Amino acid sequence: MRGAKVVGAQTIALRDSPWLRRTLIAVTLGFLALFVVIPIAAVFVEALSKGIGSYAEAVFEPETRAAIKLTLITAAISVPLNLVFGVAAAWLICKYKFPGKSALLTLIDLPFSVSPVISGLIFVLLLGARGVFGPWLEDHDIKIIFAVPGIVLATTFVTFPFVAREVIPVMQDGGNDEEEQALTLGASGWQILFHVTLPKVRWGLLYGIVLCNARAMGEFGAVSVVSGHIRGHTNTIPLQVEILYNEYNIAAAFSVASILTLLALGTLGAKKLVEHRRLAA
Amino acid sequence: MSVAVAPPTTTAVAGNTRPRGNRGVLPGFRLSLGYTLTYLSLIVLIPLAGLVFKSADLGWTGFWEAVASPRALAAYRLTFGAAFAAAAVNLVFGLVTAWVLARYDFPGKGFIDALVDLPFALPTAVAGISLTALYAENGWLGRFIEPLGLKVAFAPTGVAIAMIFVGLPFVVRTVQPVLLEIDIQMEEAAATLGATRLQTAFRVILPAITAPALTGLALAFARAVGEYGSIVFISGNMPMKTEIVPLLIVTKLEQFDYPGATALALVMLAASFVMLMIINGLQAWIRRHGGEGEARK
Repeated sequence: MRGAKVVGAQTIALRDSPWLRRTLIAVTLGFLALFVVIPIAAVFVEALSKGIGSYAEAVFEPETRAAIKLTLITAAISVPLNLVFGVAAAWLICKYKFPGKSALLTLIDLPFSVSPVISGLIFVLLLGARGVFGPWLEDHDIKIIFAVPGIVLATTFVTFPFVAREVIPVMQDGGNDEEEQALTLGASGWQILFHVTLPKVRWGLLYGIVLCNARAMGEFGAVSVVSGHIRGHTNTIPLQVEILYNEYNIAAAFSVASILTLLALGTLGAKKLVEHRRLAA
Repeated sequence: MSVAVAPPTTTAVAGNTRPRGNRGVLPGFRLSLGYTLTYLSLIVLIPLAGLVFKSADLGWTGFWEAVASPRALAAYRLTFGAAFAAAAVNLVFGLVTAWVLARYDFPGKGFIDALVDLPFALPTAVAGISLTALYAENGWLGRFIEPLGLKVAFAPTGVAIAMIFVGLPFVVRTVQPVLLEIDIQMEEAAATLGATRLQTAFRVILPAITAPALTGLALAFARAVGEYGSIVFISGNMPMKTEIVPLLIVTKLEQFDYPGATALALVMLAASFVMLMIINGLQAWIRRHGGEGEARK
């Protein structure tokens, strides 16, 4: 589709002069090289600067392993929560007509416009020792802030809109015809959801999960505020990167950072794949 | 590629096929409404309301002292100033990148297109340490730049560099779909009527991409203002000099100055709401005037 339009743009007297083309392409490549390619390359060069041996050592060291484990646990809770929410919200917004729909869409997007630091702060103010529910939680011996539940909560807040906003447009595009046919054939709501709607939106859903997961594993600011930085206990991978870096253990910091960089590159690969499939479908 | 379905379209479809459904015929309205609102309240609305609630403890004088201290004012100046500079840089290069990706064909274009999204996917802490290493005195880039008398790492310029990185995709991703969808016939017509390429650019293309470009600018600015992870490493965090507002909030929190942190957070939250309104306004304008090119984050 995109290809056809590009050809169209270049047929008539609309062709930009070759020098303009070359200049603009060079500017684009230069800008992206400076701000994207070189920083990525630097991560891997610095990570391997002390050899593959110390790279492996940094990645498999117990504290890093604990950080990887905590990051996986956090994502394993936050992503499914936001997945269920994303599907429910998309169903609500795409299948029914009701007042306040655009206000609801704005509220769903809200966590995007809140600074990560504030995303962490709100949970400290609500559930921390001096927070609104702090004394009650302390009486019942429940620890949320500076503990794993706080990290999960802050991560869930930050990644809240990801699945919903990828699924909503795709579900809108899919329309309601098949769903209504299934209904006349006697299918229940759940049957329609699982056998008709979800298969139709599967690529959007998959992309939403991938994005949500990438952000859940990579979130730094919000998690940093609620974690308390307890080594081996409340450190996620990004926080472990910070600790190593601040200890001037630069090569180790970049080694751990390279795990997150590979995750980001994998996320982009998955995005390309999903776009490709969506166009092919 | 861009999804331009305004909510009324689908609901109209549902309404037309089944006159009885003023809401829609499919089951599950109450369940999905109840679940959506409950989860939204628990994760987003109640915690955010707690911030407003807590700031009431402060009283007016305490609030004013926290948000108008010289240190806070210096932090606002740096945060908003650097964010604006970064968004402006991203506007210029984002427009060029969007044009190149939408209108030219060249080998490796798919790869270049994917690279644009990288700042969305890369954790900010990684970007932070990498940019710091590059622009430090002995870094790959710093060793060429510092002899020229320009200090990037541990200086306000570094803050802007990190903000350019995190805001890079926004203008490209708002403008690119519009450039793909502009009616080529309009440009052809302009050309047949004797318009030069430059006239076409200013009279046909520019009006179509103005609102999306401004949306991208606002999104990049909003993202930069709240950014924390990539900046704390490169800025050096010197109070009054290279301290951004999110860092000042964290500092106050670490000193157990909860009211001070809350007050600053409220100012930042108010700023994000204003920006959200502007962005929503721009997108509504695009829907009314542009029709097709709905901006997509």
